[in-house]
Amino acid sequence: MPTFVYMTRCDGCGQCVDICPSDIMHIDKVTRRAYNIEPNMCWECYSCVKACPHQAIDCRGYADFAPLGHSVRVKRDEEKGVIAWRIKFRNGQKDMDLLAPITTKPWGTCIPQLRDVAAPNKDQRDSELLYNEPKYLRLDDGGLHTLKSAGLKLKEGVYY
Amino acid sequence: MFSNPISELSASIPPIAMQWYVIAMFILVAVGTILDMLHKRSAEYFFENAKKAQKSAKRTLSGGEKTSLAVQTVASEVLTSSEFKNTRRRISHLFTMYGLIVFIVSTAVLVFGYPTEADAGIWPFLWHLGALALAFGGYWFWFAIRVDVASEGVKWYNFNGRGDLFIVGLISTATFALLWSWTMGAGWVNWLFFVLFVASATELFGSVYWSKFAHMFFKPAAAYQKKCIKADGSRENLPEDYDLTDPAVQKRFPDIPEYMGTNPPNMGLGINREPPRHY
Repeated sequence: MPTFVYMTRCDGCGQCVDICPSDIMHIDKVTRRAYNIEPNMCWECYSCVKACPHQAIDCRGYADFAPLGHSVRVKRDEEKGVIAWRIKFRNGQKDMDLLAPITTKPWGTCIPQLRDVAAPNKDQRDSELLYNEPKYLRLDDGGLHTLKSAGLKLKEGVYY
Repeated sequence: MFSNPISELSASIPPIAMQWYVIAMFILVAVGTILDMLHKRSAEYFFENAKKAQKSAKRTLSGGEKTSLAVQTVASEVLTSSEFKNTRRRISHLFTMYGLIVFIVSTAVLVFGYPTEADAGIWPFLWHLGALALAFGGYWFWFAIRVDVASEGVKWYNFNGRGDLFIVGLISTATFALLWSWTMGAGWVNWLFFVLFVASATELFGSVYWSKFAHMFFKPAAAYQKKCIKADGSRENLPEDYDLTDPAVQKRFPDIPEYMGTNPPNMGLGINREPPRHY
């Protein structure tokens, strides 16, 4: 179910408009606050929810995540380099917190240069693996990978 | 250049008429604000929100704490417009806000205190300064910052109906006030600017119900409530602001010390590094 905006929190800065991959977060022309112009097209990627500097955007989550009526709220603190989630069930009893480092790469640095990559061969086309799937995600090769086992490190200055 | 325009006007219009006009504008703002609150039910919304937050509050705020939060809201959100994350918008808002306040206060002082005296101390200077600041902030907003311009493709010459009533009222009031003052003694041109100035001011103060003027009353309430929910722990279901160097936090979330160390560095400005211009 789609995102919605708490109008009293929004200051119309445009960060959600900027980041929405479906281009459905817009600024209302009368109130100058953000709103979701096409809720049917929102797939709850949470990009706008995380980008909002005022935590003015919320999302009504599906039942596949937790029983309906729950609250899933997120706070992405880029200066600290962490993202915090809080999932609260509708009975108010089950209240979970998660905290993890942000691992997103800087804006524009991960655009795949498909022109320079060889086309997939027949085996790759028939494989269940996604084309060009990062080796760190491949469970058929050494099980579940962590940052450490993949030899990766978090770098200072993470943004986007 | 900074003479008292009201005293020169008093030769043609009696001061009592000017004073009644100012009172009428004040009444229009008060009535417009009340009607706006009734129509949008904004006061009801804030009370209901506060009640909802109280249910999930982890502690009750004392009267002193609430007063302190109210003072903080006035000092930060109201006086310095700290809510705005966009610096340009914040500066433009400060010019517009303080320009309007200085302009209104100095107009009231001149109309009620010095309606016939050409020498009114610093007030005529403040009247012009307020109008100039208002015009500067207003035109900056109109031509460069109006979010619609960037995201909705609305050009600077497109009037956007209700959304622009307030800003058009501000800009035209300040502009025609200055033009009227600076063309004093220029015959019909001066009278034309005076009529336009009065018309703009009436539009500005009389359109509170339809325009965005009322935001100055409910925005501080929203900012105060935001501070209260943080202080009483209800947080509108938002996650805590964790201190990453706290051993208890590190024990609870072992990913943090494992990947970021026990004393995580500041990771930089993030999304605030660049203005939102990717759409």
